Amino acid sequence: MSDKNIVLHVADVHKRFGGLHALADVDLQVEEGTVHAIIGPNGAGKSTLLNVCVGRIKPDRGQVVFDGQALNNHQPHQINQLGVSRVFQTPEIFADLSLLENVMIPAFAKRDGAFRFNASSPVAKQKDIREKAEAALEDVGLQNRRNVEAGSLSRGDKRRLELAMCLVQNPRLLLLDEPTAGMSRHDTNSTIDLLKRIKSRGMTKVIIEHDMHVVFSLADKISVLAQGRIIADGTPEDVRANPKVKEAYLGEAQT
Amino acid sequence: MFKGLSRNDWIMLAGFTAFVLLMPIILQPIGAAYPALMQKFCIFGIFAIGFNILFGLTGYLSFGHAAFLGVGSYAAVWSFKLFTMNIIPAIFMSVFFAAIFAVVIGYVSLRRSGIYFSILTLAFAQMCYNLAYSVLTPLTNGETGLQLTLRDPRWIDAMFHEPGAGLPRATLFGLETSGGGLGGFYLCAVALIICFYISMRIFRSPFGMMLRAIKSNQNRMRYTGFDTRPYLLAAFVISGVYAGLAGSLMVATDPLAGAERMQWTASGEVVLMTILGGVGTLIGPVVGAAVIKYFENIFSSFGPDTLHGVFSFLPDTIENALVSFLSLFVGEGWNLTLGVIFVLLVVFMPGGIIEGLRRLWVIFTRRRGGGDAVPAAPHPQPAE
Repeated sequence: MSDKNIVLHVADVHKRFGGLHALADVDLQVEEGTVHAIIGPNGAGKSTLLNVCVGRIKPDRGQVVFDGQALNNHQPHQINQLGVSRVFQTPEIFADLSLLENVMIPAFAKRDGAFRFNASSPVAKQKDIREKAEAALEDVGLQNRRNVEAGSLSRGDKRRLELAMCLVQNPRLLLLDEPTAGMSRHDTNSTIDLLKRIKSRGMTKVIIEHDMHVVFSLADKISVLAQGRIIADGTPEDVRANPKVKEAYLGEAQT
Repeated sequence: MFKGLSRNDWIMLAGFTAFVLLMPIILQPIGAAYPALMQKFCIFGIFAIGFNILFGLTGYLSFGHAAFLGVGSYAAVWSFKLFTMNIIPAIFMSVFFAAIFAVVIGYVSLRRSGIYFSILTLAFAQMCYNLAYSVLTPLTNGETGLQLTLRDPRWIDAMFHEPGAGLPRATLFGLETSGGGLGGFYLCAVALIICFYISMRIFRSPFGMMLRAIKSNQNRMRYTGFDTRPYLLAAFVISGVYAGLAGSLMVATDPLAGAERMQWTASGEVVLMTILGGVGTLIGPVVGAAVIKYFENIFSSFGPDTLHGVFSFLPDTIENALVSFLSLFVGEGWNLTLGVIFVLLVVFMPGGIIEGLRRLWVIFTRRRGGGDAVPAAPHPQPAE
């Protein structure tokens, strides 16, 4: 590989669910500052791969190394505290809370760690947290609705809110599970613009995506996953030219 | 310490304080202005406020909080028996032991959520109840209940003066709190106001916000970098301490403790109080506690005679029919009335009495001001 710093290294990870090889000897290296897309047909193991990265699923074999540190028995919150944030396929937000509160909570996690008993100084006094949260809401264009209850948002807006919740933590690695699924073309384009803008901040991103338009306009590197194996790995041009990929995925997608 | 609450919060706190302290006057017209009942309002108010910090903020429904109330009561009586009739050490002992029990029970129960958590807390509380009844009789005096006796050592009191004739009364540096005077009521009232203030601070703090977030989406909390277990345990222990304090105040106003205080019905009662008043609201649990205690004490004393008095203007046949129907709901039947109210409330106003009042307020202000007279909150206050 190149001499660039490897932020995330998924090293020979193997995971079986019953008789199904969800992930078979997956080896993946994500360089610092890049946008790395993982594509593949349905059921290829993309979401399983992300779940392994955030500690939701323990691999049977192999390990995930983040920033030189092996994530063996780390809980999801510990992995987040190391600097990994995740956007889920179905938005996971705090539906009963206001947008501003939704974004302030991750900012608290970043500042105060996994647990801090702070019952004396009121939320209203936390100016630094509030400013960060408002900036993150502005990044995704939801600043005018900061006092709205999050559950009332449209699906696309919920995704944007969840993205703001991750951005406010300024993570070293951002994992996005189909960030534009269920969005209109217009919303998709504005999400692409948003992701391009935050690319300049040097945040490393791993994106799972179905939409080839999104993948090819964002990704620096693409890995193609099919039936739990990585069948191709490289720049968008390499992947586009790869006959195996055409057969497994792009061929079907373009019909 | 006294900074950071919004103006509305200060107004609410001031109003609450004034109301609680003036209860002996305000409650005259509804016949509830006697100390024994007002004490109950305050004590169960504290119990329910504490319960609401757990149930209202985190959504974890404990069915065993009466255990902490009972532990607090026993601890307070032992403090009276062994050390002094001053209530300060008794309160400290109660809070201390309730906290220890809450840490142990909470640590185990919080490994599960939802119905399993409820069942675990229920099981623990029933265990405490049965132990108090049987095995631990030397500590709890079993069925009879733990009482003061003339042979109690009371070491600290004995150092200062000879024991007088008869059983001593609980005091706060000379102010008698047991025996049915206003002293006991004002003790409970001040404790209630302090507890309300602390609860308000918790609601407005980052800690309170995290608890509400856990209720909303615990999964998201974990992937956001929070270890939710200590947050839940802290909320559980705080609510256990509130219950222990309520238990010690029961003893401070009436120095005896019985195992029935820990029975599951007592745990269920605080759930009813909280839901009736309004889960997750600041003031709702106190209102719920007062309503239930009022029904239990006042409504239950109404008999057919009272009803005959009320409906005497009607013709005799209608009066008799009406009275015989309504007497099902008063006297012994007060539970029936409460049940009906509870069912109606949960079906039509899940937010409890507080939600009902808020709706009335909205209707009232609309009619007067017209349009959107509902004041927009300066910052989000979803909890109140």
